[in-house]
Amino acid sequence: MIDARTVTKRYARLRAVDDVSFRVEPGQAVALWGSNGAGKTTLIRCLLGVIRFRGMIEVGGVHVRRRGKRARANIGYVPQELAFHDDMRVAAAMAFFASLRSVNHDRCVLLLDRVGLAGQDRKRVRDLSGGMKQRLALAVAMLPDPPIIVLDEPTSNLDAGGRDEVVSALRDLKAEGKTIVFASHRPDEVLALGDRVLVMERGRLERDTTPQELWSSAADIRTMRLHVRAETEADAARLLRQGGHAVNHNGHGLCVSVARDQKAAPFRLLANADIHVRDFEFLEDVEWRGATP
Amino acid sequence: MAGGDAMSTMPATLATTQACPTFLRSVLAFARRELREAITSRWFPLYTIGFAVLAVATSFMSLAGSGSLGFAGFGRTAAGLLNLVMLIVPLMAMTAGATSIAGERERGTLLYLLAQPVSRLEVLLGKYLGLSLALCASVCIGFGLSAGVLAWRAGGTGVGSFLVLVALTCLLAVVMLALGLLISVSTRKASVATGIAVFAWLTLVFLSDLGLMAGTIVFKLRVQELFALATLNPIQAFKMSVITQLNASLDVLGPAGVYASRTFGGALAWILLGVLVGWGVLGIAAAAIIFSRRSPV
Repeated sequence: MIDARTVTKRYARLRAVDDVSFRVEPGQAVALWGSNGAGKTTLIRCLLGVIRFRGMIEVGGVHVRRRGKRARANIGYVPQELAFHDDMRVAAAMAFFASLRSVNHDRCVLLLDRVGLAGQDRKRVRDLSGGMKQRLALAVAMLPDPPIIVLDEPTSNLDAGGRDEVVSALRDLKAEGKTIVFASHRPDEVLALGDRVLVMERGRLERDTTPQELWSSAADIRTMRLHVRAETEADAARLLRQGGHAVNHNGHGLCVSVARDQKAAPFRLLANADIHVRDFEFLEDVEWRGATP
Repeated sequence: MAGGDAMSTMPATLATTQACPTFLRSVLAFARRELREAITSRWFPLYTIGFAVLAVATSFMSLAGSGSLGFAGFGRTAAGLLNLVMLIVPLMAMTAGATSIAGERERGTLLYLLAQPVSRLEVLLGKYLGLSLALCASVCIGFGLSAGVLAWRAGGTGVGSFLVLVALTCLLAVVMLALGLLISVSTRKASVATGIAVFAWLTLVFLSDLGLMAGTIVFKLRVQELFALATLNPIQAFKMSVITQLNASLDVLGPAGVYASRTFGGALAWILLGVLVGWGVLGIAAAAIIFSRRSPV
């Protein structure tokens, strides 16, 4: 369904995506896993054909660089944060994208109903909650009933309730046989949805594996989110990595993997460097523990 | 999710070829959205009211100046409105165009739009069409109110001249909009694009005249060179075009005008129109090339 070969994207001297190759079979759900700056978002933009890159990507047998419009017709895209015009009403936004996708009005009504936004069509986009905006983005992505759904950290700005709603909807789409490519920094999501994980680091594809393999030796590992002052986040992430922790640093706190009996270790490391932890929470890992064999 | 179970009942389409909207359909979809957004935005009523007030005021002044001479109201006012149009309309069009793509890029909406099955040319032309319609509507409302005042006070004599001015003003707006879009696709921030557009407007409206005068003295330009350089400025081309179309003599523009009238005769009007259209075509073509090469983020 998706065939990417030696994809490279450079920004000046920085290789945001460096010689990445992978295939996604029809009906598979593939997670892109990695820290901020690992190249997940850039790879998704290459996949959509909205930025120039070296290499070749085919979506449904269509060359993305040469026939981007045709390739994108097979893809429904959900961004990290819904980028609609805030002044637009929900119904107008749906109608606009429906006209671009040659979809009739009834389908808009049906999809708004299915994502739980029935009765919200007169609301302006700016008045929707984060979860509602993501559900609207999902409805837009589903307008033409595309075979491929591409999502860029769709739950990163959502609270637990909103996250569950989106993950549940994606599970349903996966059950229908949709091909899903999604970027995530949450193990629970990857284990709940992903058949495969592409682990990216500094633009390179480090591993192409399964979620169960990636975390099989980590049955006793938990993931916590630490909140520190924004200006100390980068230093904190570096220190924690030096301390042997896997860290995702995505602008919404630091997601740190810790051994179940070493949960205080990150706090000690940061305290020694005079970095104050304002708050912390454990990510809900019930689902992914359940998924581990 | 409320629709979680229902979502699974959606028809599972795994066909690899989905319907792709046609070029025209996409362009019209973007044009409709742009027109709707322009009308509900702040700039449209602001420019429309501002232009209408100034146009009506100019009409009243023209009428007052006519005294009891029994003049042709529309024709005289069209001449009076020319200077107003040369100032206001390029500013309206260039700033509206400049904020268009750069604003989308800054808000992050451009990437989302381009992630749909559309080409960049469709996005650009759709925006161009929508904004052109909005600008022409704004100009026509202003002129319409002015025409109402004239018809009420001075009758319908000379209405042809007035309509020529309206048509050429719409053309000027569309041409300057193309230049605004060219600025917009070349910049990342709407504020920077607006700044460049205002500077370009100042250059075309004021500085180019000064430069031409200075150049004439310093380089001892010949009259044909002076005319050619003046024509390169789309606003000057518009001014000469209006004067020509109103059947007035270009002699009022000095030696260059006399030279143009005598050399080109009846073809002059077409040459000037060609220059204006050429600016528009080159502007939008350059914008399309740059837009196709630049990152949407």
